[in-house]
Amino acid sequence: MTLYLLKRLAVLLASTAVAAVVVFAFMALLPGDPAEIALGVNATPEAVAELRRQFGTDRAPVAQFLDWAGGLLQGDFGTSYVTTAPVGPQIADRLGVTAVLVLGGMILALVIAVPLGTFAAVHHRNLLGAAISAVSQVGIAIPAFLAGILLVFVFAVQAQALPSGGYVPISENPAEWLRSLLLPWSSLGLVQGAVLTRYVRSAVLDVMREDYLRTARAKGRGSTGALWRHGLRNASIPVVTVLGLQLATLLVGAVVVERVFVVPGLGDLLLNGVAQRDLLLVQGVVMVLVAAVLLINFVVDVAYHLLDPRLR
Amino acid sequence: MRGRMNAGLLVGGVLVGMVVLAALVSFFWTPHDPTLVDAAGKLREPGDGYLLGADKFGRDTFSQLMVGARTTLYVGIVAVGIAAVVGTPLGMAAGMTPRGWLSELIMRVNDLVFAFPALLLAVMLGAVYGAGTLTAMIAIGVATVPAFARVARAATLQVMVTDYVLAARAAGRRRPAIAFRHVLPNIGSVLIVQASVSFAIAILAEAALSFLGFGTRPPTPSWGRMLQESQELLFSTPRLALWPGLAIALAVLGFNLLGDGLRDFLDPKLRRIRAEG
Repeated sequence: MTLYLLKRLAVLLASTAVAAVVVFAFMALLPGDPAEIALGVNATPEAVAELRRQFGTDRAPVAQFLDWAGGLLQGDFGTSYVTTAPVGPQIADRLGVTAVLVLGGMILALVIAVPLGTFAAVHHRNLLGAAISAVSQVGIAIPAFLAGILLVFVFAVQAQALPSGGYVPISENPAEWLRSLLLPWSSLGLVQGAVLTRYVRSAVLDVMREDYLRTARAKGRGSTGALWRHGLRNASIPVVTVLGLQLATLLVGAVVVERVFVVPGLGDLLLNGVAQRDLLLVQGVVMVLVAAVLLINFVVDVAYHLLDPRLR
Repeated sequence: MRGRMNAGLLVGGVLVGMVVLAALVSFFWTPHDPTLVDAAGKLREPGDGYLLGADKFGRDTFSQLMVGARTTLYVGIVAVGIAAVVGTPLGMAAGMTPRGWLSELIMRVNDLVFAFPALLLAVMLGAVYGAGTLTAMIAIGVATVPAFARVARAATLQVMVTDYVLAARAAGRRRPAIAFRHVLPNIGSVLIVQASVSFAIAILAEAALSFLGFGTRPPTPSWGRMLQESQELLFSTPRLALWPGLAIALAVLGFNLLGDGLRDFLDPKLRRIRAEG
């Protein structure tokens, strides 16, 4: 297990390094010189050259990359060419908001999916089980931002119970913070919950056909008891994998949902950065999101090994 | 015919068929010009030749939906095509050499690409080349490659341990021959199912990208952008969000049901299990 962990950790670090190269190379392709863009068309060549020196963009790409990547290791994301503000603190500010959004959505999805999926599997031969499957199938077809618009229509336009958008920091007003996040959480959680319900259902169904569960029932455990004792751990293996994939989906979903609800998270920062052609900001946010996905994959792989003794 | 018709296949087929039909008909006929701005018909109510009304520019919603179906299918076909053509051979190669360096390399690169979701790729591509339908399709396609490679690899691994492949290997058949004669035909049904499911995901991705302004550019109608344009009018004219939203949901539902239905239809083993269970 230790060896596996070390090997997997090395892969994580290598992938993150390669991802950094890819992200940097991609943004380096961007047409236009940041110094020329910052100074406008009437700038003298001397002024442009001077600013280029200040930005460090007069150096070779490899030197620029090493500078940027070296800074990343110390949490320094560079200084924006457009706003001259350091990028790191901006990302740090927004990261918390997006993390809370994604985790809340994930928890909601789990709270919906585990009981519903298990129920649908146990009752897969009757109408209620089939109904749950059908509803989750419809839920999957609704993208998070569409769910968001629907929820705004029902809870903000019709019922006028919740705000249609905006964000209140928890330090300002915890109750309003909660109210401002309820609809964004629901947009992410309901949709992911629908997807997850199907996976939980099929995982539990698979487990229910296993010999060991039949044996457990034959030994006199009730079918609920047998499922509880032997089934859920085995059923959790495929579900954990899907959960990891879903976290990545949620991260991306959050980018869109932030747009719908005007929540100042990483997605909002990213899209504003693209609109303002703020190269270093976009580069930094993309790197953080990609690193997050890689980290999630790593955790999923490790969890997988912990849950399945056969893989050890 | 290997299987029997099932409900998923039927409903999914009908829904997908409706999208395809709308897209095809839109090449020859739409009730109105979907891009015609008509100040007098601004937010026109449904009726009087405008089946679903008009948007804030007076453009006919129904015509826009029809041409939007074309955009949706176009993006889906190209994106899934890229993913299948690139991902399938990679996954098969990895599955046929499970302990080799090639397999390790392919799966590692796969994991790396997987860390770049379609949306991030599209935003990056859009920042460099200018966002549009093409960058969206490429981004969605590249981001879908890992899914195909993984599914192809898993299915190939299963085929590789069957008796007929062992027999073929014992008889001295080379790997490429085994790949084409035994592996590809046997993982075909899995790939078709994956294509259908990926198509659904591509539709969702295209809608999200157009919603954010990183997909299809105006004036070409797109369901995602219709939704985005409708958002500010949600309080006064919610129907503008209703129709494109419904179109996206039904199209995605259709492709998902079709995928599930095809799985049951093409894989008699699974059906038997279901009959027993």
